[in-house]
Amino acid sequence: MSFPTTRQVRWLIKPAWFLACLTPFTWLTLAVFELAGLSLGADPIEETQHFIGIWALRLLLITLALTPIRLLTAQAWVIQLRRMTGLFVLFYVSVHFLNYLVPDQGLDWGAIVEDIVERPFITLGTAALTCLIMLGITSTNGWRRRLGRRWQKLHRLVYVVGILACTHFWWQVKLDTLEPTVYAGILAVLLGSRIVSYKRSKG
Amino acid sequence: MLIKKPRDIKSSDITPESVYLDRRKLLQAAGLSGTAMLLPQAARPGDIPARYKKLEGVIKSHYSTSREPNSFEDVTTYNNFYEFGTKKSDPVDNSGNFKPQPWSVTIDGEAEVTGTFGLEDIVGPHTLEERIYRLRCVEAWSMVVPWIGIPLGDLLKRFKPTSKAKYVAFETIMRPGEMPGQRRSILDWPYREGLRIDEAMHPLTILATGLYGVALPNQNGAPLRLVIPWKYGFKSIKSIVRISFVETMPYTSWSDTLPREYGFYANVNPEVDHPRWSQARERPIGAGFFAAKIPTLMLNGYADQVAGLYTGMDLVKNF
Ligand code: HEM
Repeated sequence: MSFPTTRQVRWLIKPAWFLACLTPFTWLTLAVFELAGLSLGADPIEETQHFIGIWALRLLLITLALTPIRLLTAQAWVIQLRRMTGLFVLFYVSVHFLNYLVPDQGLDWGAIVEDIVERPFITLGTAALTCLIMLGITSTNGWRRRLGRRWQKLHRLVYVVGILACTHFWWQVKLDTLEPTVYAGILAVLLGSRIVSYKRSKG
Repeated sequence: MLIKKPRDIKSSDITPESVYLDRRKLLQAAGLSGTAMLLPQAARPGDIPARYKKLEGVIKSHYSTSREPNSFEDVTTYNNFYEFGTKKSDPVDNSGNFKPQPWSVTIDGEAEVTGTFGLEDIVGPHTLEERIYRLRCVEAWSMVVPWIGIPLGDLLKRFKPTSKAKYVAFETIMRPGEMPGQRRSILDWPYREGLRIDEAMHPLTILATGLYGVALPNQNGAPLRLVIPWKYGFKSIKSIVRISFVETMPYTSWSDTLPREYGFYANVNPEVDHPRWSQARERPIGAGFFAAKIPTLMLNGYADQVAGLYTGMDLVKNF
């Protein structure tokens, strides 16, 4: 098996991955302004909420898939994409949250607080966003050094984010749970793979 | 021609739609929107594809709202019709193979006249009316739709319901071959809905056969659907093949599947929230990305006409 060189990862793969992660956002921006023949249909606010939410979740699962992929393929460099992908998750969830705050709720703080307190799926989403912000802030090399071993522990929060996000998705569905079930299944496999490799390393 | 009362004539009888629309645009461009309002009130369609059959002999109704209807495109591409899939775009995307002709409706239960009747026998004896109604979905969005239909009460009376007919139950057609959504048991198909008989007889309740001057598109519930403007949209059952007069409260799909979240009455009520979202406000479809939500009105703004149906009832308990 061949491995890309450090230079290839840095100057080729990472920029390409950056653009790939940005593609859904670019699509959304074009569609919001009805450019390039794209459109969000009759309810652009809801479509934005769903589109950006589902991409946040997909990128989150991709982030969680990088470690098992490295273990399975021995391609150590894929780990170098992990921080960038995770930060994209934070970016997408932030857009999801801002779309909720401004176009959807019109910054009606009374209604927003009521939603966060009374609607469990919003409560979970907000908890997930809070975790992601902590992970984002502490994602720098400086914080990593400063926190030492605790950094590793703190960043296991991403597993919690995965569970919160999938439950959030599940609970906002009216009736048809097929799609959230598929995502929850993928999450279960990814988390399960950690348990398996943890047991192997012990045993 | 502007002297004639709008009620007697259809705008499309006067001027071809395109000319009419252009004129309205011209008037508005000239700052003459006040003058434009003198034109017969008519729904502004945008583009209606020629394949839809025009409905003739439609009269106006004073039950219509003066609010601007949504575009034909909004009304026909943003739908909840789970028989064709659960996404809003599924009904328009997946209903191409559905055949609304020929069609028959079975009338049964507590009535003197029962049997199975062709669509023409059901609708034919009645005068079609345009009813421009507000539509409030339980998901907290809303539209204004220029329906065409007949008062349900006028139809029901022809079958002479007996004193045992306390409720009216409705059933959607079951055709998994043409309705891909029915191949998965998300709901216990066929879709069923029901009304108390006084709600069914109320003059605001209609059976719609069209919208925007043309026969109902498949995605909107062709060829025959209910419209009850003061209730959440899911009560307005589509593609109806059975109407039954019954003595006890019938099975209704959403409220019997998720009784905690949806009630039999499903009256629009800004004070009773859905367990997972607020019903106090609604998003008007078609108002663009930065349009504010608008307050939801009690009984969707039809309280003056229908509040009497519910005097003495606890609308929080009977949601
Ligand atoms: C890790 C964080 C989050 C993830 C991964 C996430 C993901 C999702 C997903 C996948 C959906 C469903 C999309 C679909 O149906 O196609 C969704 C819907 C939604 N999310 Fe989030 N979300 C997150 C956080 C939040 C936060 C912080 C809020 C607001 C406080 C929020 C509010 C909503 C709303 C309002 C909906 C739409 C519900 C509806 O249309 O009924 N989410 N989200």
